[in-house]
Amino acid sequence: MARIGVFICHCGENIAGTVDCARVAAELSNHPGVAYAVDYKYMCSDPGQEQIRRAIRERKLSGVVVAACSPRMHETTFRRVCSEAGLNPYLCEMANIREQCSWVHTDKEEATIKAIEIIRSMVEKVKRNSELTPIEVPVTRRAMVIGGGIAGIQAALDIANAGHEVVLVERTLSLGGHMAQLSETFPTLDCSQCILTPRMVEAAQHPKIKLYTYAEVEEVTGFIGNFQVRVRLKSRYVDVDKCTGCGECMTKCPSRKIPSEFDCGLGNRTAIYTPFPQAVPNKPAIDRENCIYFKTGKCGVCAKVCPTGAINYEMKDEIVELEVGAIVVATGFDVQDTDIYGEYGYGRYPDVITGLQFERLASASGPTGGKILRPSDGQEPGTVVFIQCVGSRDSSKGLKYCSKICCMYTAKHAMLYKHKVHDGQAHVFYMDIRAAGKGYDEFTRRGIEEDHTCYVRGRVSKIYPQCGELIVRGADTLLGKPMEIAADLVVLATAAIPKSDARQFAQIVGIGYDENGFFNEAHPKLRPVETATAGVFLAGACQGPKDIPESVSQGSAAASKVLALLSRNELEREPVVAMVNPETCSGCWSCLQACPFKAIEKKEIRDRNGKVIKYVAQVNPGMCQGCGTCVALCRSNSIDLAGYSERQIFGQVMGL
Amino acid sequence: MTKEFEPKIVAFVCTYCTYAGADLAGTSRLKYAPNVRIVKLPCTGRISPMFILKALQKGADGVLISGCHPGDCHFTSGNLHARRRWTVFRSLLNFVGIPDERIWVSWISAAEGNKFAEIINEMTEKLKTLGPFEPYKTLIRDIESPAEI
Repeated sequence: MARIGVFICHCGENIAGTVDCARVAAELSNHPGVAYAVDYKYMCSDPGQEQIRRAIRERKLSGVVVAACSPRMHETTFRRVCSEAGLNPYLCEMANIREQCSWVHTDKEEATIKAIEIIRSMVEKVKRNSELTPIEVPVTRRAMVIGGGIAGIQAALDIANAGHEVVLVERTLSLGGHMAQLSETFPTLDCSQCILTPRMVEAAQHPKIKLYTYAEVEEVTGFIGNFQVRVRLKSRYVDVDKCTGCGECMTKCPSRKIPSEFDCGLGNRTAIYTPFPQAVPNKPAIDRENCIYFKTGKCGVCAKVCPTGAINYEMKDEIVELEVGAIVVATGFDVQDTDIYGEYGYGRYPDVITGLQFERLASASGPTGGKILRPSDGQEPGTVVFIQCVGSRDSSKGLKYCSKICCMYTAKHAMLYKHKVHDGQAHVFYMDIRAAGKGYDEFTRRGIEEDHTCYVRGRVSKIYPQCGELIVRGADTLLGKPMEIAADLVVLATAAIPKSDARQFAQIVGIGYDENGFFNEAHPKLRPVETATAGVFLAGACQGPKDIPESVSQGSAAASKVLALLSRNELEREPVVAMVNPETCSGCWSCLQACPFKAIEKKEIRDRNGKVIKYVAQVNPGMCQGCGTCVALCRSNSIDLAGYSERQIFGQVMGL
Repeated sequence: MTKEFEPKIVAFVCTYCTYAGADLAGTSRLKYAPNVRIVKLPCTGRISPMFILKALQKGADGVLISGCHPGDCHFTSGNLHARRRWTVFRSLLNFVGIPDERIWVSWISAAEGNKFAEIINEMTEKLKTLGPFEPYKTLIRDIESPAEI
């Protein structure tokens, strides 16, 4: 006979506010099989846990139901408590009467009845639970970091410096990400490249880091501690082992008018190119689309001038299969296309540019050598208008969320402009100035007080050209007046958005994403760098808009999670796996076809003379992830899932 | 005065999407009809048609099957199997005497707490108009205790 203990948590007022916990305990203590039912203010607190431990020992409980918050919150806690008291942790289940009952209902009577039914059903499940032991799986002590921006570089360096191997995969030709494009950084105005490039070099030369640039992750299989990743090394048409990075090919390439992606179209590059002079690795690649040789079959200048014979037009993509124990996703962000703001004329008026383009103008390595010159005629602009929240915080047209970095970089842009064009005037149209961060508010104040940036609270409705100038028409909502500014240059602080293929990538890695396409963390407060998929971690702006310090801290945080994982030889996994009954299995192999993890194998059954009688299915517990798809489709009911067995689920349903 | 009929809904949900979505509805303090009882499973692929029949037999007036959106399954394809199985099962429903409007299938992600609340409210309203699901229950009762007929 089962002896189940039921522990009902008040969660302060969170549950007790809408559920009559004492009545629930009284009702449950009369339920068959329940040996003990009690309610307490905070079950997860130390005295609450002790109460459970004592009850298990003194009342010889054969199972425990903790009726409290979601198991996603405290299942681990209470299972540990049970095992401390000598009860197998898998004989403990949680009944969710907070998130799925007290918080979503207001009527006390209804909520109390619902709570009783939820707990009763869980008691019926626990009665049918069996003792399980976690499965131990070996750990591949190597990590993969996907994305070579500052967050990825930081994560890779931290893991490598702790002595573990790291595979760093970057999609573009060079490490650096968006940070490499920036001029100076707020709030210190130190040069972005100066602080970034040493890190890039360190990552590339680290003996523990294997760097793949111009590479794409195509497939991720396996599970925590044992991932298999297929990476496509895109063909550069340049043998990087032979190439010395002398740059002779780039100086001679006749195809010179290709808009540079790195300079956001403000500068040009050649068809054989490195994205920027400080690229790591500093080895060029041929852009097949624009290369005269690939288009017409004639040219081959780069091959002729290359002193080491590194050019290889026949080069093919290469596929590498890698085994890693943990994955850090640091794939970064994109800047929103401004097409939706037709009234600002981006694309029609050359002097309406994005914030990222302004970074390139202000950068010493940029197309103008750091001089602020407007794209249309190369003149120094006397008046610059910055427009914030272009796309962000505009649910009617753009995105609901705040891109977080724009207030600060706009303040910085206005200052950089003023530092370079002393008699110029910067105007900023803003909705709110959000400058929360160490030294951030002081920074924006400095822009206003010392560099005389003129902040106008309001939106811009239209930009149109007139006599060589751009008329910015907007409203000053503090004065309640429409206003017009004649500007030489307009800079749009466009929203930070997820990478265009973020959703597809999330499916490759098997992680979740939010309504905007940013990757989801496991818990917004307590598990900010983990994903719902064990062994996969997040860093940087792929999880949401972030500035550099935040991306770096998240990179380090993800690295510390990876290190905790790689510090062990073996991992414990939930024993929720399928089992086959070989006596009834007919070997129809429906399960084998359906299993997404290839965890089902064919097993020979032999008679005493060693003759094969039949083949049956067998589950490899190391591969099985416990989805239960095979169980539901087994025609002979020969497969069951530990932790969610047919008996358990039917018991649970019958208890409702 | 008779009390308004309150239908009972049993929801079979996957732990990664819909269960998390239902939790989100809770943490967001959304309010929805108290008629649902959730049974958590690792994946919708685990849902056997027998679960649905058992729930109806036990007294449910409606069943909700809900998991990750197609393509978003934590186990890559469990929900696709569930969808295929459901398509076949639905064609048999009328044959076993269950109107298919009592069984709802909806994909609710971990971020869609409001969708979960909406579906439960909608379903509760719909089931109220359909009334209690009696025929199947009566039949089972008759078989289990023939003396009472």
